[in-house]
Amino acid sequence: MGVDNPLGDNIITASLDSLVNWSRKSSIWPMTFGLACCAIEMMATGASHNDLDRFGIIFRASPRQADCIIIAGTVTKKMLPVIKTVYEQMPEPKWVVAMGACACSGGIFDTYSVVQGIDEALPVDVYIPGCPPRPEALLFGLMKLQDKIMSERNSFGSTIGLGERYIPEAA
Amino acid sequence: MAENNRAVIKLKERFAADIVEVKEFRGEVTVTVKKENIVEICNFLKTTLAYNLLTDVTAVDYLGQEPRFLVVYNIYSIPNKDRLRVKAQVSESDCSIDTVTKVWSTADWLEREVFDLFGITFNNHPDLRRILMTDDWVGHPLRKDYPLQGPDREPYKGRLS
Amino acid sequence: MANKETMTVNMGPQHPSTHGVLRLVIELDGEIIEKVTPHIGYLHRGVEKLSEHRTYHQTIPLTDRLDYLAPMSNNLGYVLAVEKLLGLQIPERAETVRVILAELTRLKSHLVWIACHALDIGAMTVFIYAFREREKIMELYEKISGARMTSNYFRVGGLSSDVYPGFEKDVQEIIDTFPGYIDTYEGLLTKNTIWLQRTIGNGIISAEDAIDAGITGPALRGSGVDWDLRRDNPYTGYEKYSFKVPVGEKCDTFDRYKVRLIEMREAIKIVSQALKNLKPGPILADAPQVVYPSKESTYNSIEGLIHHFKIASEGFPVPEGEVYQGVEAPKGELGYYIVSDGGNKPYRMRVRPPSFVNLSAIEKMAKGAMIADLVAVIGTLDIVLGEIDR
Repeated sequence: MGVDNPLGDNIITASLDSLVNWSRKSSIWPMTFGLACCAIEMMATGASHNDLDRFGIIFRASPRQADCIIIAGTVTKKMLPVIKTVYEQMPEPKWVVAMGACACSGGIFDTYSVVQGIDEALPVDVYIPGCPPRPEALLFGLMKLQDKIMSERNSFGSTIGLGERYIPEAA
Repeated sequence: MAENNRAVIKLKERFAADIVEVKEFRGEVTVTVKKENIVEICNFLKTTLAYNLLTDVTAVDYLGQEPRFLVVYNIYSIPNKDRLRVKAQVSESDCSIDTVTKVWSTADWLEREVFDLFGITFNNHPDLRRILMTDDWVGHPLRKDYPLQGPDREPYKGRLS
Repeated sequence: MANKETMTVNMGPQHPSTHGVLRLVIELDGEIIEKVTPHIGYLHRGVEKLSEHRTYHQTIPLTDRLDYLAPMSNNLGYVLAVEKLLGLQIPERAETVRVILAELTRLKSHLVWIACHALDIGAMTVFIYAFREREKIMELYEKISGARMTSNYFRVGGLSSDVYPGFEKDVQEIIDTFPGYIDTYEGLLTKNTIWLQRTIGNGIISAEDAIDAGITGPALRGSGVDWDLRRDNPYTGYEKYSFKVPVGEKCDTFDRYKVRLIEMREAIKIVSQALKNLKPGPILADAPQVVYPSKESTYNSIEGLIHHFKIASEGFPVPEGEVYQGVEAPKGELGYYIVSDGGNKPYRMRVRPPSFVNLSAIEKMAKGAMIADLVAVIGTLDIVLGEIDR
């Protein structure tokens, strides 16, 4: 709109934030962290039929190399401290996906040993309902996470120590 | 009938004083015994009657009845391909029974689970710790007086349960 | 002699090759395992307690989530136990469909086993292939029950609904294609030097030790014990089918691998026999106090509606008594011990989990092995934590 293209088609101009967000959203590396039934669907999503690699999503076994944790399954009171430790070991920025009814709300297991939703302990970015969610649902949830990462503000500034990362409220 | 079961006949010869009840339901024979000689009974069943596989050890809580607990041993004989169920009475005041780990080593974990979830102590067990719940857990969840949602939570009243 | 110092290593519960949330504390002398102490319970969801507060029908979905790799086997064991309590006779068509689905479930569970077992040892290709083929069974599951994993398809007294038109064709396709797939896995593994070196002589447990430790299923048969519940204490009409029970000789991981592969082929044979056996007929037992009325009568008559509502809200009473029903699940003997006090809910439901008992033998099997071989032992036991912790 009124701006001509003096540099040709090989160069895209963008804000630094968009550049950082774009690279972050295209290489979400989740923890390999299966808890229960949902983990099998997570594996199925990562395997040949649905193939998470095309989104740049590669499962990492170490929390130090991961920037996303998919809570795939029932969280019990015995497991909760472990999840918290793993979450704290992950470097910033990091995102949490609650996969399945159990991780979202405890699901059908309204019992003495089950934590009624992982959001009691961790800040959840995306909730994926289902018992277990289909691979397509997980893919959709991860794309929603990508949208959320794209909408973040000051992602570049916060990495060089200028202020905080700011996430606008979802419309 | 249950009286004709080969194991029941032998058990009655040998441990007549210990047998409380013999029952048959849907083709399954259940022998209820007193807990004092459970190790001898199990050993006899294994060595003489070839019940070599201990399928399961569990317990049932009959809250309000005496004896309150029944420890249930489901055993199987691979050579003869038949099952037998032995139940031992455990009262609440003396909530313990001898371990059968010396007879079948399977009993190790299964008895730990019963200890964890019912609070029944197994005498002479090599490693009696909680197995499913955390070490500092208070109470025994599968007892009938333990609330489903745990003692620290207000039960949800919005549905039929 | 110098004093020996051991090193303690913690593995899990978030370790990728522990197949879930298993935690192992390993004492090492150099690279040799001195002692393995498993810690379980990280997935204890209280299914047994929960089922005491649910009606008999409401408990079926809980059983799906025990061994989530083989949901239909779990459903089958549970409904058989309740049917035994009630003394119900199941129509032949329902039994045949149950056998077909139970065997396909075995295939599906073994596919995950071979995928993960091979992946742990380093053969990535098998994982990719096995998960691709598993999708075909998942699709069938979805067509028949509406869910890919947690099927909840069997009912006390029969099936939740009749199979869809075209079911026979889909099953036939699986029968035709799967032997070729299994050949592929065998081609990738059976003569692969790395695979042989990692599995032969690994995790040896003798037949006596295995029985003493209570191991059941393919892991027991790998140790040379010829025992299969489907053949020796047949249930749901297994006596009508002829199949071979594979038995290993050397009691090691490789023999258990071979046993499971043959089991997959035998499962396909049983499915094809059952498919020939599949005749039209009723799918629910003639027991109006237990089974739901037909949809037609629910929608079109007030009696049918009330009847449906009564069973859905109150459940059905079950005679007082106790039963134990064991089935040959893919992982071993899965047993349901149900005590009824005459009400509409189980007074006590106990699940005898095969993986729980099999895992308790890991101490014996892993002792003296190298630490890298521990994942092979975990893989060969084929454990599922949902079932171990319940």
